[in-house]
Amino acid sequence: MYQFSGKLKTLSIILTVVGLLGIGWSFFTAPSTIEDAKEIIAQQSGHDDGHGIAHADEHSNDHANGAHGDDHHDKELTDNDHNATSGSHTGESNIDKKMSAHGAHNDDTHAEHVLHQLQNKPWSALYVSLFFFLGISLLVLAFYAAQRVAQSGWSIVLFRVMEAVTANLVPTSIIMLLVILAASVLHVNHMFPWMAEGTFDPASPNYDAIVDGKSWWMNVPGWTIRGIVYLAIWNAYRFFIRKNSIAEDTADDNNKIYKKNYNASVIFLFLFMITESMMSWDWIMGLDPHWFSTLFGWYVLASLLVSALTVVAFVTIYLRSKNAIPGINDSHIHDLAKFMFGFSVFWTYLWFAQFMLIWYADIPEETTYFVARFNEYKLPFLAMVVMNFVFPVLLLINSDYKSIPWFVVIGGIVILGGHYIDIFVMIMPATVGPFWSFGIAELSAVLFFLGIFIYTVFSAFAKANPIPKGNPFLKESEHFHYYNIEHRGEGSGDHH
Amino acid sequence: MESSKVIHAFYNDDEVLLDAVKAVKSEHHHIEEVFCPFPVHGLDKAMGLAPTKLAITAFFYGITGLAFAIWMTNYMMIEDWPQDIGGKPSFSWFENMPAFVPIMFELTVFFAAHLMVITFYMRSRIWPFKKAENPDPRTTDDHFLMEIPVHNNESELTALLTKTGAVEINIVDKH
Repeated sequence: MYQFSGKLKTLSIILTVVGLLGIGWSFFTAPSTIEDAKEIIAQQSGHDDGHGIAHADEHSNDHANGAHGDDHHDKELTDNDHNATSGSHTGESNIDKKMSAHGAHNDDTHAEHVLHQLQNKPWSALYVSLFFFLGISLLVLAFYAAQRVAQSGWSIVLFRVMEAVTANLVPTSIIMLLVILAASVLHVNHMFPWMAEGTFDPASPNYDAIVDGKSWWMNVPGWTIRGIVYLAIWNAYRFFIRKNSIAEDTADDNNKIYKKNYNASVIFLFLFMITESMMSWDWIMGLDPHWFSTLFGWYVLASLLVSALTVVAFVTIYLRSKNAIPGINDSHIHDLAKFMFGFSVFWTYLWFAQFMLIWYADIPEETTYFVARFNEYKLPFLAMVVMNFVFPVLLLINSDYKSIPWFVVIGGIVILGGHYIDIFVMIMPATVGPFWSFGIAELSAVLFFLGIFIYTVFSAFAKANPIPKGNPFLKESEHFHYYNIEHRGEGSGDHH
Repeated sequence: MESSKVIHAFYNDDEVLLDAVKAVKSEHHHIEEVFCPFPVHGLDKAMGLAPTKLAITAFFYGITGLAFAIWMTNYMMIEDWPQDIGGKPSFSWFENMPAFVPIMFELTVFFAAHLMVITFYMRSRIWPFKKAENPDPRTTDDHFLMEIPVHNNESELTALLTKTGAVEINIVDKH
């Protein structure tokens, strides 16, 4: 049995506490009045002129294209004063001129809008990390279910690692539930613009005909209930499969429990593919309610899947270095690295397929999504492609390198960083627009969830036998050997 | 010194063959060639053959294909005749780059795959109308054959090979 070391436990608690303090600080220091926002605008246009110009450019651009207003307009739907701004998609022209003029920075409407974006900052920082960690745990669960359904022979010795990682699904789901309720029931943030008052009311100055047309899907009760259902399905399967996987260890029942787990995994994968798509529409695409993309669900899936495999590889390499899992050899690491390589390419394929189709056809209502990202998030937007594609592909293409742990760790750090940026670029442009940064709020959220991750994962791993003894494919997995690689420092005589 | 005589030892099981190869290697005899009807896992390792460099050549062929695609799209679409086709920006290669990615990808794969296959044919000396170099037709069906050059040690070799489970041992002139 693995012993969750005191050092690691202390580290995880420190990370959680430091993260929590940072998150608290970021909420505390967020501007609360229009006056605060105006001050920040004044400061910005004072020393950073280029920023204001980029901002203005984008507005005039959109207007020229006849777009239905860009993300900024979508955000500000709560105040009666700026009805004209949110109405820009109905074709009122004077407002865009007012907004794009440089002097518009002193406008009350604009200040209100900026205030909401600044108030969104700590929420978005928390939300990016929350979604990242929740998604990774979820995709480890889905990968695990896929391994069971495929009756794979190589991965059985990794089952307890994957089960341990999915333990993080419980706390992240609870926090997600709180965030869902905070947004929908308590209305304490402006992250989802369509939740603003009057969006669906034709009499309101905030009325948004386009979003109203989608109200059969995008409505607060439906959104809240769906979110709770997704979380419930995922956690129910995790609870079931963890319990029965441990029961498998001691069962002497002609693989009856094994078959039950198989059936449960088939059902879960079916439900997962549906809920994952809907989750990405609800929780990410819903941030830009005027924009839509058909392959978005798979794109989110690819991003989270490659991160999930990287996390499994990390935890495996760590536990192996502590001699905590018997039966792991270089070939298992090699296979995980192959998955990391393959799904990095898969992510790039979907990312590019989404980008290129929109870039090529250049339909204004779709293009605004990438215009906002390319103008205001150029560095993360482009760095992401290098980190998630070029670097891992060149590093992990060599068969020998895939089984060297420190190579996999270096590749994995870049992949995880890249996919954090990926989620960041999905969420931030819609919620904070040009006011993004990576500071205390963002870093604290990462540390907070990292601390929770370490605590839940390693304490879960310590609670069960490190290898699933009762699995019928265990022997095969322990003797798994990829023909092409030489084991370093391991007996290699027991294979072929 | 090239010997004129070789021993042909026949086996009818790949596991027996693998053990025989190991036994012959441990006695420090040179194995000229092994003929098998299908790939035997671990045979190259047992014989001590160097790993193939075919994957490395493919990587460089792929880079060549990528470079070719970049050069071709840049020359045709940007330098030679930069037309406005449906509003696509043909001012510089980078501005229109996403439109070139599909051809860049395909040419990379095309070059990597085809040139690697041709390299394989050349290195393995395979081509149409090539005369088959098969010492015994049974090796394409159900027998394995190990060929060892003889240096005036026929009886010693025969004894060793008999011990490894060879079903037939012939001494033949190498031509």
